[in-house]
Amino acid sequence: MDLALEILPQVVLDGIVLGFMYALIALGYTMVYGVLEFINFAHSEIFVLGAFVGVEVLLLLQSAGYLATMHPAIVLTLVIVSGMVISGFAAMALERVAYRRLLGEPRLVALISAIGASFFLQDGLRLFESLWRNTFYLNYPTLDFLERAVPLTANLVIPVKSMLVIVMALITLAGLHFFVNRTRLGLAIRAVAQDPDTASLMGVAVNRVIALTFFVGGSLGGLAGVLFGIHYSLVNPYTGFIPGMKAFTAAVLGGIGNIPGAMVGGMMLGLLEAFAASYLSLLTNGAFGAEYKDVVAFLVLILILIFRPKGLLGETVRESKA
Amino acid sequence: MALLELRAVSKRFGGLQALANVSLELEQGTIASLIGPNGAGKTTLFNTLTGLYRPDQGEIRFQERSLVGLKPEKITAAGISRTFQNIRLFAQMTVLDNVLVGMHARLKTSLPAIFLSSPQFKRQEQEARVRALELIELAGLRGRENEWAHRLSYGEQRRLEIARALAAAPEILLLDEPTAGMNGREAQSLMALFRELIGQHVKAILLIEHNMRVVMGISHRVHVLDYGEKIAEGCPEEVRRNPRVIEAYLGQGSWMVNAQS
Amino acid sequence: MKRSLAGLALCLYVALSCALAYFFPQSALAFLLVEAGLFLLYYVPAPRRLKISLGALLLLVLFPVLGWANGYYLEVAIQIGIFVALALGLNIVVGFVGLLNLGFVAFYAIGAYFWAIFGSPQANAFIGGNLFPLSPNWFFVFLILSIIVGALTGVLLGLPVMRLRGDYLAIVTLGFAEVVRALVNNLDKPINFTNGPRGIAPITKPPLFFRPLLEFFGADVSDAKLYPLYFYFLILFLVGIIIWVTRQLENSRIGRAWKAIREDEIAAAAMGVPVVRMKLLAFAVGASFAAAVGVLFAAKQVFINPESFTFMESIGVLAMVIVGGMGSIPGAILGATGVTILNLQLLKGLSIWLNGLRQSGAILSIPLLGSYPLAQLPAQFEPAKYERMVFGLILIVMMIFRPQGVLPPGGARRK
Repeated sequence: MDLALEILPQVVLDGIVLGFMYALIALGYTMVYGVLEFINFAHSEIFVLGAFVGVEVLLLLQSAGYLATMHPAIVLTLVIVSGMVISGFAAMALERVAYRRLLGEPRLVALISAIGASFFLQDGLRLFESLWRNTFYLNYPTLDFLERAVPLTANLVIPVKSMLVIVMALITLAGLHFFVNRTRLGLAIRAVAQDPDTASLMGVAVNRVIALTFFVGGSLGGLAGVLFGIHYSLVNPYTGFIPGMKAFTAAVLGGIGNIPGAMVGGMMLGLLEAFAASYLSLLTNGAFGAEYKDVVAFLVLILILIFRPKGLLGETVRESKA
Repeated sequence: MALLELRAVSKRFGGLQALANVSLELEQGTIASLIGPNGAGKTTLFNTLTGLYRPDQGEIRFQERSLVGLKPEKITAAGISRTFQNIRLFAQMTVLDNVLVGMHARLKTSLPAIFLSSPQFKRQEQEARVRALELIELAGLRGRENEWAHRLSYGEQRRLEIARALAAAPEILLLDEPTAGMNGREAQSLMALFRELIGQHVKAILLIEHNMRVVMGISHRVHVLDYGEKIAEGCPEEVRRNPRVIEAYLGQGSWMVNAQS
Repeated sequence: MKRSLAGLALCLYVALSCALAYFFPQSALAFLLVEAGLFLLYYVPAPRRLKISLGALLLLVLFPVLGWANGYYLEVAIQIGIFVALALGLNIVVGFVGLLNLGFVAFYAIGAYFWAIFGSPQANAFIGGNLFPLSPNWFFVFLILSIIVGALTGVLLGLPVMRLRGDYLAIVTLGFAEVVRALVNNLDKPINFTNGPRGIAPITKPPLFFRPLLEFFGADVSDAKLYPLYFYFLILFLVGIIIWVTRQLENSRIGRAWKAIREDEIAAAAMGVPVVRMKLLAFAVGASFAAAVGVLFAAKQVFINPESFTFMESIGVLAMVIVGGMGSIPGAILGATGVTILNLQLLKGLSIWLNGLRQSGAILSIPLLGSYPLAQLPAQFEPAKYERMVFGLILIVMMIFRPQGVLPPGGARRK
């Protein structure tokens, strides 16, 4: 029991960091679902793309010799901004190429196309990296600054990279909140999410708003990817799948289409997973350990969909025409 | 003893009282119409009757049993079948298959019989096919049985829906705006069909209708809903002169013109 | 007159393609021509009895003979057979009822592990008495039992997802398959049920009860020769039953109810269709097909591990159903055949060809861009490894240009 309490602060920290990352990814799912009632299955690859952009930028800087000399803040800004922008554009391109024509058809057609896009992007990334760097398992170059840790108490050590995740996530979430609720573009997004036909009658360029939504969601996913890469160092094209599914679960947990819901859902899932990873073994006397932490997310999904399908904060999707 | 009895049925959706204390009786051998302005709750009444919604209060009795709480498929099996306001056919299936689905509750073959293709199974399928073709002919769609349902014209689709509903061999047929979008001649032939049905196929018909010519021409009894409440009931002539009914329809002068012709 | 001519042409085609395949055992093209023969038989209008006899001849005699000469043919045929069975099972859930099951491979895995655990020494890890592996005769018992196990699992998965709408149902089924894989991967402790990522081996094969008969005729009865043929006929038999069952169901009130649910669930219920029961039945039937072939797969491979049952496999089977045509039995068969051949032969062939190019030292000259020595083709670029990309592209292209598949139900006049 003492051991359990000792590790608790660290577990909570891990959960929060994980939670923010899931929240960022979940936002991409939830925003797209909000305007289109469509699960962007390939969002997990947009997330991984962000991670890859990040590592490429860092490796480029490193090989050009700048990595050691540039101020870490500049390096980080470069990495994060490029990750976000490229992921955002990739998401927009995805919508244009693979989804736009299909959204009038039965739902499943677009979903299948999304699955196809997901697979295509996974191997596409692999192909690119194989040709470019002869390997598709890439390591983030370590930045000393990030590896430092701040010991708060005897039991709690906060690595700078965790602080980075938390700070970036908070800034972005605040920015998103402002954007969606206080700007005209955000209003347009909300209008299209509620009722695209009326919005279009009111002069909203629905297609452009959809593209914008994909961009915003994609860039958030890209940010999550960069943070993920910095935090866990190793990236490969296939690591998007599981976090993607979990983030989707988080979006459903909070209420699909609901932006605050995605944040709440992401945080809850992150904490749940961190607790499962650390305590499951203790709870079950060693029978089931951390390797089942992925199963936890899935169980959450099933339970939510059975008992409270609208999510914790309620879903925000189109009003159906009776 | 009426064939179908609704007593004080109420249904609320959030802030909206869709049905308030609605009572209605359907006698055997009759055609009754349910009319009222848009949003009065007519389709909601149908949906509640057929098990799509559960009434908050009230009683629905058919054949000495209560229908409240039963699933839609059970109510159909008990003998009540319906069509829909917005046509809900099985688009990517043939006309024949659409009608055959209606017979689902009546065909009792077991899985082993199906797997082994037993003579009993083959015979049932054959009989079902014959009966379905009869209904297709009755609906005026002879020869079209192998066409995809979505290829039919609007009027033909409405008639297919009726044939499908009849396939369940119901005692009571509920028709939701069956003549919507039809011209005078089509509506007349449908009215003739209804009269034929009462004699031979079903025991009673309840229609939701906006076309007053049809309502006046074919109903034995008319029930009027407005804002979820029943405001009048009687034979067509009585209802037409009822001041409350006229008031509910005020502004929709066209029905007064129609009814006088 | 035309039909008899067509019949004659078919006979010639079959004879020629088989002869070609016999004399050029390395040619993938010849093999493809033989396989295409089966489809021609289905679609070309010719006297029915002739087509059936030719088909039977091809499947029961000619193909085995070709396989006897070249074991590779049988291997491909068995793989195709397995995927045809899986595609037909998924076709019921996705094609007939319209429920997008993204985790179909879970049932396949359950069937495979079902036999693998008891048909190998694995079960000794949790049941004492050294009773395992069971004797080969138990294979058939387990084949039949797997149908029940599969059906039960199908119902078990189906129950929680009954009321979910399309896309949620898809994700949940996907998650379910991942859970099954996680369980299989990790249930080697505290009690070793599945031996985790190490897999299970050796798995008992079914008994060669006809060996004495063949010995009597002086045939070569080595295991290596007989087992591929044995599995070929087994899978042929299984697929035959699956096709029969599916067709019977399709043309009964159950098949119609399934399709009605796909078209409009509410209207179906209003017409008396017990929607929940029908959906569960679809899950159960589809799952039982998958579990049965799973047993066969385990026995054939002799070794299985969790890597054979990934999301990729589920999507592969889904791609087969979609490409072939959802809701259509010939479509599912075509899709399974096509995609398996694509995977096993085309992609691999492409890889081999590229390798050949690389080693040939040839130089590719592109006008204006200069020359490119092919030996420089990166080693990483190997088409066989890019299955996912190909599948992904197929799915996207099919959805955009022909979502109803190559052979939709009712023929090309749909829509």
